[in-house]
Amino acid sequence: MNCKEFVDFIMAYLNDELPAGERAEFERHISDCPPCITFLDTYRKTVDLERRAYDDVEVKRPSMAEAPETLVQAILAARRKGGGGGA
Amino acid sequence: MTRKAAHAHPEEDDALVRRLRAGDEAAFEEVVRLHAGRLLAVVRRFLPREEDARDAVQDAFLAAFRALDQFTGSARLSTWLHRIAVNAALMKLRARSRRPEEPIEELLPRFHEDGVLADTPRDWPGGADALLEKEEVRQTVRRSIDRLPEGYREVLLLRDIEELDTEETARLLGLTAGAVKVRLHRARLALRTLLAAEMETGTP
Repeated sequence: MNCKEFVDFIMAYLNDELPAGERAEFERHISDCPPCITFLDTYRKTVDLERRAYDDVEVKRPSMAEAPETLVQAILAARRKGGGGGA
Repeated sequence: MTRKAAHAHPEEDDALVRRLRAGDEAAFEEVVRLHAGRLLAVVRRFLPREEDARDAVQDAFLAAFRALDQFTGSARLSTWLHRIAVNAALMKLRARSRRPEEPIEELLPRFHEDGVLADTPRDWPGGADALLEKEEVRQTVRRSIDRLPEGYREVLLLRDIEELDTEETARLLGLTAGAVKVRLHRARLALRTLLAAEMETGTP
């Protein structure tokens, strides 16, 4: 397995979806290729960072999620015009 | 869509939905004020143009108000609205005249002819926890997600941020499960390239 194949297989490896033979080759490559160790580490870090990049909007900082008044009024007006349900 | 903010207890959801079904004008305003801001934040990830994002949130509320009978209480009201808003965002993306797909190749890692990495990756200082404590890192990650070509960004958002599974993502986007996997991996690789430029210097 070369670096290109290694990179192609990273997601399947992390999802534990690689067949045993390819998994063994993947692990053999990484034991012998420091750049790919770093690549795998930074790929993992990328996923960690992006998955949590919006957490603060939804959990920590509700103030960031305040609705603009113009939007609230536009939605309510559209509903009254018959765009939305309710009685 | 499993880990969404809780704004109300289920009993409060039920009471609010009962008032909505009865056509209580104040209840409509209450639900919009309670949820519109958060839904706008969600929808903006898919639709960077503010006007598109606001239209999608409005579409989502109108669709939800029309579908009140379908709200069963098995999901929280916030979760139900969230799902409708993501659908509205995707519909808006589809409806817009699609620009030709931007290529992602230039953001993917490069290799020599023999398959060896052309650029030697360098370590990023700090763990994800420590990095996410810094507001500027968060902003960098979000800006970088915004820079991904649309067809890849939407897969990354649905799979990694909205936490939908591969099959559901494939269904929503009209792709095969295999295509979703390929796009997700490429989106992450491209994001890694964008972040590497910031992280390797140690001052994102």
